[in-house]
Amino acid sequence: MAAEAVVTLEGVQALLDGLRRNGYRTLGPTLRDQAIVYDDIATIDDLPRGWTDEQDGGRYRLLRRMDDALFGYAVGPHSWKKYLHPPLLRLWRAEHDDGGVRVVAEPDPTDKLAFIGVRSCEIHALAIQDRVFLEGAYVDPHYRARREGNFIVAVNCGQAGGTCFCVSMGTGPKAQSGFDLALTEIVDTSRHAFVVEVGSEAGRRMLGEIPHRSPTPDELDAADAVVTRTEGAMGRKMQADDVHELLLRNLEHGRWDDVAQRCLTCGNCTMVCPTCFCTTVEDSSDLAGRETSRTRRWDSCFTMDFSYIHGGSVRASTSSRYRQWMTHKLSTWFDQFGTSGCVGCGRCITWCPVGIDITEEVTAIRDSEPR
Amino acid sequence: MVARRRKPRLAVWKFASCDGCQLSLLDCEDELLAIAGAIDIAYFLEATRCSIEGRYDLSLVEGSITTAHDAARIREVRARTTTLVTIGACATAGGIQALRNWASVEDYASIVYARPDYIETLATSTPIADHVAVDFELRGCPISTRQLVEVVSAFLAGRRPVTPPHAVCVECKLAGNVCIMVAHGTPCLGPVTHAGCGAICPSYDRGCYGCYGPKETPNMPSMSAWLHGLGVDRPGLTRLYRTFNAGAEPFREESERHERQDHQG
Repeated sequence: MAAEAVVTLEGVQALLDGLRRNGYRTLGPTLRDQAIVYDDIATIDDLPRGWTDEQDGGRYRLLRRMDDALFGYAVGPHSWKKYLHPPLLRLWRAEHDDGGVRVVAEPDPTDKLAFIGVRSCEIHALAIQDRVFLEGAYVDPHYRARREGNFIVAVNCGQAGGTCFCVSMGTGPKAQSGFDLALTEIVDTSRHAFVVEVGSEAGRRMLGEIPHRSPTPDELDAADAVVTRTEGAMGRKMQADDVHELLLRNLEHGRWDDVAQRCLTCGNCTMVCPTCFCTTVEDSSDLAGRETSRTRRWDSCFTMDFSYIHGGSVRASTSSRYRQWMTHKLSTWFDQFGTSGCVGCGRCITWCPVGIDITEEVTAIRDSEPR
Repeated sequence: MVARRRKPRLAVWKFASCDGCQLSLLDCEDELLAIAGAIDIAYFLEATRCSIEGRYDLSLVEGSITTAHDAARIREVRARTTTLVTIGACATAGGIQALRNWASVEDYASIVYARPDYIETLATSTPIADHVAVDFELRGCPISTRQLVEVVSAFLAGRRPVTPPHAVCVECKLAGNVCIMVAHGTPCLGPVTHAGCGAICPSYDRGCYGCYGPKETPNMPSMSAWLHGLGVDRPGLTRLYRTFNAGAEPFREESERHERQDHQG
């Protein structure tokens, strides 16, 4: 896909305006509680302009940039799944009165969502969740209702985070497909511009509605340089080519007990993971016995309830729960869905309260094998 | 339509406690009329004058056992009750008053009371489950009104209450909170603490105090090691685990481990 246009800061604002004019709810990165989270945005001033982050295992800090970049940071604690696969979702409620029982399905929202600043790893995560929720015999209607008609504005990362390893997973940092428009931000002493690639007809129409011009050869070189620089600056790496077999032949490895010494089984890694999709359902009833409802909630394979069957939890030990999560992510996801379940975004490393690092765990198991 | 059976009889009992959990029942302002409509509140000193008579279908028990008299009284309550639910940290873990378990009651009594010989008390504060069988334990200091309504609703419907034993972290993530430990370096007991409060403190940029006591499978040594790295020293760790749920086994054990190591230098 070739770069087709250049827009200015005003052009990015015009893009937000254009999307809103076309009925989209515009969602993107913004500053809150000393982090970059996803929320509703209306103007480029809502973006974390001039901010960046510093990330390591169990550690995240905001820092001021030396420039005014709109997208000069890596991914934060949120992922787009909070919009497409909400953490809490009432599925239906039922009313009981003298006339009998009436079940009322919860209507899905109808607003069109535009995601601004989607990174390449996140586009891969969307594709993975698409496979989980939209393919096969059982399509999830709630995910579909939210996913259909999304407008994706990708951003090619201008900076690698301290826990990023998309290069290892083949998921970035340059967005190759799955977007409507993709921006590469060029910011230096003399200019602040965005090289735009078009990824869809909807993207082309939208570009037509905002002021833009053709890129100069110099701007195209600068955009390429941004991606090349990010590629070379990954905070983490993981040898991923044979990890599927590596983990499956080490299911009884001592490292699982080692990581269990550190793991808090808090579930944070699964909640921040952009591909983790497990849920449970919770029923409630009111005091009068007239109304009940069923709510779907994000669940985590790190809880005891997750593997509870008659008689107890199948995965009582922490090592068995960590192993379940990591082998699913890196091994059995291939068997189940045909791809890895990990996109190398690094969230599980940064947001683990005790900094457990999936890349380090893989390396430890790999290095223990005879060469 | 099934004919309504007689309304279940509810009793609310107080042992050694501050009354805060009982008052949570009165705080259920929106649901109070529905509760009064669905159950017969037969014994509730905070709300009505009444006496112990007959049997109770549901007993909510607040407070810990700190006197021989109360140790006998809880057995009487148990004998008269079909479903016994403890409410709050005192009833489920011994409460803040379980700090006496590490101290001398005589020493305290001699300082606090003009006539310590009038004081008749046990050397320990213990949870209800140490004395009688408990059907369900509702956590919290104080309990959440939302969870109390859930427990009563579940009792009335004959189902299990939904009060997941996972970490407070799950509640933070469901709410979209930014982790204050990761992003701010604020020490937080969320990863080892039982959910239920709705992550109130982290939502206001404060570390979790562990009011709901230990979650299922808490990894205390790992939690302590990380908190130590964030600047909490050994005496600080001991104090952190010795609050409202000081007597809960994982918190007690961990606080003692740090106290021992502190003394050993």
